Amino acid sequence: MSSRVESVIDVARADGRGVLVGYLPAGFPDVQTCIEALIALSESGVDIIELGVPYSDPVMDGVVIQRATNAALDGGFRLAQLFEIIRGVTAKVDTPILVMTYWNPVVQYGVDRFAKDLKEAGGVGLITPDLIPDEASEWFAASDTHGLDRVFLAAPSSTDERLVATINGSRGFVYAVSTMGITGARADVDGAARSLVDRLIGLGAKRVCVGVGISKAEHVRSVTGYASGAIVGSHLVSALTSDGPAGVARATSELVAGLTALQD
Amino acid sequence: MSLRAELGPYFGEYGGRFVPEALIAALDELDAAYTAAKTDAVFQAELAELHRSYTGRPSIITEASRFAALAGGARILLKREDLNHTGSHKINNVLGQALLAKRLGKTRLIAETGAGQHGVATATAAALMGMSCVVYMGEVDTERQALNVARMKLLGADVVPVVHGSRTLKDAINEAMRDWVANVADTHYLLGTVAGPHPFPVMVRDFHSIIGNEAREQILEAEGRLPTAVVACVGGGSNAMGIFHAFLDDDVALIGYEAAGDGMDTPRHAATLQRGRPGVLHGAKTYVLQDDDGQTIESHSISAGLDYPGIGPEHAWLKDSGRATYVGISDAEAMQGMLDLSRTEGIIPAIETAHALAGALDLARTLSPSDIILVNLSGRGDKDMETAARYFGFLRDTQ
Repeated sequence: MSSRVESVIDVARADGRGVLVGYLPAGFPDVQTCIEALIALSESGVDIIELGVPYSDPVMDGVVIQRATNAALDGGFRLAQLFEIIRGVTAKVDTPILVMTYWNPVVQYGVDRFAKDLKEAGGVGLITPDLIPDEASEWFAASDTHGLDRVFLAAPSSTDERLVATINGSRGFVYAVSTMGITGARADVDGAARSLVDRLIGLGAKRVCVGVGISKAEHVRSVTGYASGAIVGSHLVSALTSDGPAGVARATSELVAGLTALQD
Repeated sequence: MSLRAELGPYFGEYGGRFVPEALIAALDELDAAYTAAKTDAVFQAELAELHRSYTGRPSIITEASRFAALAGGARILLKREDLNHTGSHKINNVLGQALLAKRLGKTRLIAETGAGQHGVATATAAALMGMSCVVYMGEVDTERQALNVARMKLLGADVVPVVHGSRTLKDAINEAMRDWVANVADTHYLLGTVAGPHPFPVMVRDFHSIIGNEAREQILEAEGRLPTAVVACVGGGSNAMGIFHAFLDDDVALIGYEAAGDGMDTPRHAATLQRGRPGVLHGAKTYVLQDDDGQTIESHSISAGLDYPGIGPEHAWLKDSGRATYVGISDAEAMQGMLDLSRTEGIIPAIETAHALAGALDLARTLSPSDIILVNLSGRGDKDMETAARYFGFLRDTQ
């Protein structure tokens, strides 16, 4: 099964660079601005979009993303708007969109129905922070039926056996959690990230992107030195919160500088 | 097949581990340690001794004849978990998990708390065992339960008000999980109910199963027979699972009373099993109060301990199979139950427990004097004096 996310990563690699994955939450600060911000993200050089579904109980998220997703929910965000946003963005840009979602909204929507509607809207797969491969049989079936990527998370604490199951279960890339912790900008990216990526590659992973705590061009530069890509979330959400889509464009351009610097 | 033999991670289609991968290693470690401890005579002896000389077990059974006379039907017996150290059943689980945490070399305990009872019990165990302790509590609850915050602080715990989401128990659980993800190397998350990812539902149930095991033996010895029905209040479901478990394979009715708040047909209740739908919350597949999009809906109950939009997965399974039944008791009915037991027996129950007492009276009316209802008197009402005084108008200038 061909994966656009895999192609994007492979093309970037052939160019001698890593990819930048940019996260923003759906419906924040409102549907229209969200679409504009995602387009700005794409036009400023993000290779893959990670679009978060606001959820009432986001256990993997730090304060910045929680504030934004709570605001989206308080503003009346409904799941149907997720697909509307994806359609609005894919009509303008062709950057692949992975949806990051906690599992209960998908269960309630219906796993197969969610997969079908995501595909029809133009989304390419899911990143599932609270769904491990062990519990994902329904998602395996639906993602195969509808040709969607499955991005599972790997953690520094994962055993080799679990990393292998994660690699085998994932399509698109494996999401390496850089540190034992939740999302949010940090001064330094944990040394644990590099050893986790090395372990994943040693166990056969072809594409690994690193997320959690990455907020600066220098982080992007160092991470893409050993991994397929870097995932940035809270930093972009902060930029959107304070300066709107223009702030997202500015912050993205600065991060992209981290990618290109690798070619120097 | 024995229903008592269910070991998780699944109870029928419920349970499992819907958590970030970063927590799986800790859950595996805990599961292995718990499985070993179950058959480890040293661990079991240590826990039994703590229960004897610290908790004050076995807890007694009291016949509530004057209370039962209000219904004029079945006899009502009370399993007195309110007499345990710290005032509720919560200590049973807390001492078990704290001992396990110590075995795992953890030096820091974290916990969530709603009313503060589980937080107080955890702070107590941390003080006893020389561990540091952080308790997450929704900001709204820290205001509602200021005295319990003071108790925890007196015991040496840090109480962290949670300011995210609805700022209540469910958000305190989220925050405790976030802490655990970041600090799992030296920290044990001492979850206070039979919810959450495996192994918490089975482990917490097992640590509380001492309630039903004692009661079954006590009632057989005193009455020469099993009760007609065993009843308990249900929030997350720990005291109910603790007393139900021993009777799962017996011909005994099991009834859980959920908080119906303002009423089952209003939006303000915590009747997760009766008004919720299967979904995923806090690491397990179970019944959840939620909207069409799967967003958790805030629950409402006068008792903070039942004010939870989820439920332990084993209860979800027992409900679907019909082995246990679940009934709603409103705030007003529960407060009447609190008043009734206080004035007929001189025992002031927690408002949580009062739901089971009100339910027991309803049930007793439908039974005969030869029937026996065993109620888990899960906690005492000292902590609820402010709420009760306000509710009954015992304080001047308040209503």
